[in-house]
Amino acid sequence: MTTNGQPKGRTLVFNILRFNPQEKGDKPRMVRYEVEEAPGMTIFIALNHIREQMEPSLQFDFVCRAGICGSCGMVINGRPDLACRTLTTKFPEGEITLMPLPAFELIGDLSVNTGEFMRSVAERVESWIHSEEAKAPDLDVLEERMDPDTADAIYELDRCIECGCCISACGTLRMREKFLGARGFMSVARFMADPRDDRTDADWYEVIGDDDGVFGCMTLLGCEDTCPKDLPHQAKIAYLRRRMVKA
Amino acid sequence: MKSLLDDQVRKSRVPARLDWWQSATGLLLGLFMWTHLLLVSSILISKDAMLYVTRLLEGSTNPSEEGGHPILVSGAAIAIFVLFVVHAGLAMRKFPANWKQWRTMRSHMKMMKHGETSQWWVQAVTGFIMFFLGSAHLIIIASNADKIGPGLSSDRFWSWGLWPLYLILLLAVEVHGAIGLYRLVIKWGIFDGKDPRATRRRLKKIKTGLTIFFITLGLLSFAAYVKIGMERAENGQVGQRYGSEGGEDH
Repeated sequence: MTTNGQPKGRTLVFNILRFNPQEKGDKPRMVRYEVEEAPGMTIFIALNHIREQMEPSLQFDFVCRAGICGSCGMVINGRPDLACRTLTTKFPEGEITLMPLPAFELIGDLSVNTGEFMRSVAERVESWIHSEEAKAPDLDVLEERMDPDTADAIYELDRCIECGCCISACGTLRMREKFLGARGFMSVARFMADPRDDRTDADWYEVIGDDDGVFGCMTLLGCEDTCPKDLPHQAKIAYLRRRMVKA
Repeated sequence: MKSLLDDQVRKSRVPARLDWWQSATGLLLGLFMWTHLLLVSSILISKDAMLYVTRLLEGSTNPSEEGGHPILVSGAAIAIFVLFVVHAGLAMRKFPANWKQWRTMRSHMKMMKHGETSQWWVQAVTGFIMFFLGSAHLIIIASNADKIGPGLSSDRFWSWGLWPLYLILLLAVEVHGAIGLYRLVIKWGIFDGKDPRATRRRLKKIKTGLTIFFITLGLLSFAAYVKIGMERAENGQVGQRYGSEGGEDH
């Protein structure tokens, strides 16, 4: 029993990849930390405990702690996931290995630069409304009403938090760096569904109609099975493929 | 007239066609392989049943009696060979292009321990095996189409010493075909319906069930052909048509 009357938690073992590329001579290494498990503990809470109590130099990202900001994506026992949404109780053996998300530039330890990649995807897809009206909007005119089902369909695809899990889980992208990846496909599907966007299928073909786009996808479904927001990757990539083959 | 500029401005439609053809040839080959196995497994009913099926596929108007045109089987084998080569050529585009890609994919697979990701490797390995063994089998059949039947086919298994080829080919084909057809259905969202995730769960179960069914059926048929081949070798009947003591294979 502990001093507050709670039963003592399990001793969790964390194996964390430590490497600071900014530090000259530093080499990647796995470091072991032991943390006493607390009720409702997430990987994020455990990491904070390690940083506060044992290793002040440990680098990892977080903002919201609620699975909304997408900052704390990392590889947890082999699978990309959000640290703030992963309970330690998910691992009955009590040993947890943490690595930074592959496919992104490493900042240090578990922190990676997803921003640069996400920006390049947004620029490649041109993820903004393309229409004559959008070029010179009249701010005094009310926006046209949208059918609620259409708005829902757009919102469903707009829930992406750009955490990078789908990108790190994609075997195709890991092998072929120019591959757009699921994040980009979701963005294309989102703007295709938007009636305010004037782009035609022929226009979209110019964006994703090759082996770096939708025809390069090998349907390994890493994106579908690791997306923390459960976005419909499998169905939407198939949908894009069907549309593009007719474009 | 189409100018060079058009090609530079407009993205080529070739990747779309190649992707479609990879799936179309895969679908035809997968369905053909299941049908093929069902037909050759007629040996499990009886030698006469297999003979009947053979004559039927040779275009015989009365399969209960002699007759038929083995050239039809040769033609079919050549057509399948063409599909096979086209499919292999298109699928090879997805193979790792260099050592770095190969190493990255292997380490990614080890990291993820994820079914569909690992199955990609199974597809590449079984595809590689089939490219050699499948080609050999198709060339043998195309050039020996008149020597198909319960007797002479069994001789190929045992007395020609080809049983290891058929055993490896059976396992590679059934695993590759089932995974390939499952992936194809998901890739194009053919049976997605209202709940594509539920469809995927069902398809996984169907894939496993069909793989077990066809491998079992294939192994039983394999054992039947080997047994007949061994008996014929012992009885000095190698090279004789089935029933030549009282009839012919054809």
